[in-house]
Amino acid sequence: MKLTDLFRDGRFAITSEVAPPKGTHTAEMLDHAEMLKSRVSAINITDQQSSVMRLGSLAASQILKARGIEPVFQMTCRDRNRIALQSDLLSAWALGIENVLCLTGDHVALGDFPDAKPVFDLDSVSLLAVATGLGEGHDMGGNALEGKPDFCLGAVVTPGADPIELQLIKMEKKIAAGAQFFQTQAVFDAEAFARFMEQAKPLGAPVMAGIILLKSPGMARFMNKNVAGVHVPDSLIDEMAKAEDRPRQSVEIAARLIREIKEICEGVHIMPLGWEAHVPAVLDEAGV
Amino acid sequence: MLVTERKPIDEILGFIGDESSVFLLGCDGCAAASGTGGDPEIQELKTALEERDIEVVGTKVIDFLCQKALIRSGLQPLSSCVARADSIVVSTCGIGIQAAATAIDKAVHPACDTISLGGVRGEWRGEERCAECGQCFLEFTAGICPLTACAKQLVNGPCGGAKDGCCEVEPDVRRCAWDVIYERLERQGRMDLLRRAPMQVKDYARMQPPPRIRGTQQWAVDMERTEEVAT
Repeated sequence: MKLTDLFRDGRFAITSEVAPPKGTHTAEMLDHAEMLKSRVSAINITDQQSSVMRLGSLAASQILKARGIEPVFQMTCRDRNRIALQSDLLSAWALGIENVLCLTGDHVALGDFPDAKPVFDLDSVSLLAVATGLGEGHDMGGNALEGKPDFCLGAVVTPGADPIELQLIKMEKKIAAGAQFFQTQAVFDAEAFARFMEQAKPLGAPVMAGIILLKSPGMARFMNKNVAGVHVPDSLIDEMAKAEDRPRQSVEIAARLIREIKEICEGVHIMPLGWEAHVPAVLDEAGV
Repeated sequence: MLVTERKPIDEILGFIGDESSVFLLGCDGCAAASGTGGDPEIQELKTALEERDIEVVGTKVIDFLCQKALIRSGLQPLSSCVARADSIVVSTCGIGIQAAATAIDKAVHPACDTISLGGVRGEWRGEERCAECGQCFLEFTAGICPLTACAKQLVNGPCGGAKDGCCEVEPDVRRCAWDVIYERLERQGRMDLLRRAPMQVKDYARMQPPPRIRGTQQWAVDMERTEEVAT
């Protein structure tokens, strides 16, 4: 199933994500995916997020696919050159993977191998263009393929970035290169997101708003200080600080956000960060 | 020494686009030695542009274009002339082009690709650095090199990792290169440049010394001497 099928049918798309393990034990990742699968259309598998070396997203995507869970294979440009990226895209299609999210990726300096070579041979825009070319039956050098993939290609955008103009220009470039949908960095301010959507809507690509479950006021303050393009308003930090039951409050905040934005975007992408068990409650309260 | 080669005239004309007048800037250091930025080459470029109906409002060859102080003092007597030009065409290495873009707050167009270090790194004293990539991107990035200034060497725009205008790699000390590019283009009223820029892909093959250089007698002599020392 491709995410584009949902957008074409006018359905509100819901995705979530799981992270492969540091090691070979996939049980916890699979538990998380099982908790989510009945409520989401597809699950993203992160590609060594924060540049921390882990089991690969391609293998994990195939493991989920084999269990009947639709994967969104996340692919970054940090660790592979154009030969490996193209090869892995062909491998993904051969393994039955239909949705690919193309990202530039965090810098190696952020992870557990800061001394590694940061590859970035391609970037998110050129990776999308290359994946589109594979779908047209040729590789990046124009050589013909025997058998070609037919991916649904996605990309990311940061609605809270400053200046937003650069994000919008790059969003246009990603669409021109073949991006068929966007998932966003975490949204906490519905009004700010609405202002972003006013500018992004005319570009014509479906946008799925990123939703992170807040766990504590400390987590919110940490993100404000350290995570690019994320701003948790003080009012939400106060709500979390005063809450007697934090998971309950977190669910309420996430559900309220989704209710406020669901009319102006085409879906949501929920990043539970360990609170997978609370995702069904969020979706119930949000009425999606 | 930074070895440069002149871009094809059609590529330079593409950069100049609809502009009608330019100022030509050359360098009497490495670029003169490369045969790209000395006085004869600047005069030759002037003629080539004038033949194609581009007005050249002035020319100047600076001793070492990698030094912004020399650019400023060298251009001071010509400031009204520089101001009258729509843009500056700079015929030198990537460092010199970036230094000119920083020293003169106007659009600069690179007239050369920097293909090899071939020795010491010029008179590098500032933040401008050149990756000798052989496919100068400075035309599309306001004269700020995305290969040396961006931690990810991104050539199609910023990643999502910058916070408050700073790079995710060294947030306390390193500005996001694309944030600086944005600032400069916005100040110059040239943001449209980024929208119009075609998708860029790096060509690592152009980072190798071209056969034209490997085939020279100088290269052969240099290789021979290495062998003599070893035997």
